[in-house]
Amino acid sequence: MSFMGYIRPDGTVGVRNHVLVIPTVACVNRVATEVARQTGAVTMQHPYGCTFDTEENSLTEQVFASFGRHPNVGAALVISLGCETVAARRVAQEIAQSGKPVELLIVQGEGGAWKTVEKAVEKVRALQADLARQQREEFGLEHLVVAMECGGSDGFSGLSANPAVGVCADLVVSAGGTVYLSEIPEMVGAEQVLARRCADDDVRERLLRLVAQWERELSLMSPDGSGSYLAPGNIAGGLTTIAEKSLGCIKKAGTSPIVDVVEYGRRSSRRGLVIMDTPGFDLASVTGKVAGGAQIVLFTTGRGTPTGSPIAPVIKVASNSSVFERLQGDIDLNAGTIVDGVESIPEVGSRIFQHLLNVASGEKGRAEFWPTQEFALPNVSVLRKEIVCHSDYTLG
Amino acid sequence: MMAPQDNVATLVSPASAGQPVTVMRYDGSTVIITARQSIPLAHKMAVVPIARGAAVLKYGEMIGEATEPIEPGAHVHVQNVFGTRGRRDGDGEGGAA
Repeated sequence: MSFMGYIRPDGTVGVRNHVLVIPTVACVNRVATEVARQTGAVTMQHPYGCTFDTEENSLTEQVFASFGRHPNVGAALVISLGCETVAARRVAQEIAQSGKPVELLIVQGEGGAWKTVEKAVEKVRALQADLARQQREEFGLEHLVVAMECGGSDGFSGLSANPAVGVCADLVVSAGGTVYLSEIPEMVGAEQVLARRCADDDVRERLLRLVAQWERELSLMSPDGSGSYLAPGNIAGGLTTIAEKSLGCIKKAGTSPIVDVVEYGRRSSRRGLVIMDTPGFDLASVTGKVAGGAQIVLFTTGRGTPTGSPIAPVIKVASNSSVFERLQGDIDLNAGTIVDGVESIPEVGSRIFQHLLNVASGEKGRAEFWPTQEFALPNVSVLRKEIVCHSDYTLG
Repeated sequence: MMAPQDNVATLVSPASAGQPVTVMRYDGSTVIITARQSIPLAHKMAVVPIARGAAVLKYGEMIGEATEPIEPGAHVHVQNVFGTRGRRDGDGEGGAA
């Protein structure tokens, strides 16, 4: 059981050999995008400006540094405006600590956007030429971290795509690999099923505390107190309650023991099934798990979605054959054959596992054909402020 | 049906009112239940009577409470099921973990 990857100076293994261009404030997104367009490097859109609070600012810095240090990134170029609150120098230094090449350009110091683009393109091309010399080598699955995600779920997600991805998750874990499950709001109503599988009391306690905290916070977010936070598409797709959605969601993590619970964007030091604290918003959730070191994402969908990640392949698995046929350009694999009675869950699970190893070894996922990719961060402070505003309500 | 104790089944093809639906139980046995109204693809149908206030079970776990008596063959969805989790009014298990 192995895949072909790129070894990094810090011992991690990438499934891609990207040059990543990081804009450290939204004001220079255009510069980063133009550099990526001219060179084929990958980049993301910075979601914020400067006037957000320190907690979000430090999370943003942490995620940028984690993206730069990520094993799928061979080299990074940080593009700063010069006056933003995200510390571009610190981001660049943290990336450099992983031993890979990193460059920093400051737009206000380079004489503007166009001059920065010119210089950046030159630097990226030099970095790409160096990276092109590196060959893929064979590695065991102990070097692989796979993120499980779902978006646009329907009533079939928990019957076909999620349990099939769960079979694949068990195959990854039994081969020594790591699987991340996240989206804590989508564990509400299913936490006892997960709690039974926690490796020890400490992990169980941390998981239950996290789910309870999210349940309280989300109950404050629905203006009528109904606590309903299913998307309209979920309801149209046959999902009735958050508990039903959750019970289907957790199936994509398989049946392995849960060995750790980590904060948003953080890497676990343990191998096996790990739970990460992320919101249910799939773009922010994918970003967090990739920042936590996941090299590849398995994404199940019932309604269909094009979501990708700038630095990690995102493999889509359809829960029904109809959406797979209608969204061929966006969806990689069909688990709808399970509801059609054509294939069994274990059969689809091993098919997903094989495709996962192929994509890890270089085959492109559907989302990778797009020049720009999704990047989002959780609105930590917005949620907290919401609670402060509603402090007259009883918390639990 | 996803577990032995479930009282709903998920439809793998849409049903129209009065249409007999073959339900595959968890153990592989089948039973025919007539749909009481049209039920879209991937939505749920009751397979046994569910009393008002009783737990609606899928995957062998509670997904919500029936807000009215539900007859076999009825469409089980937001119009007759109340999600008890994540609620501000403190009903049900909200906040419990």
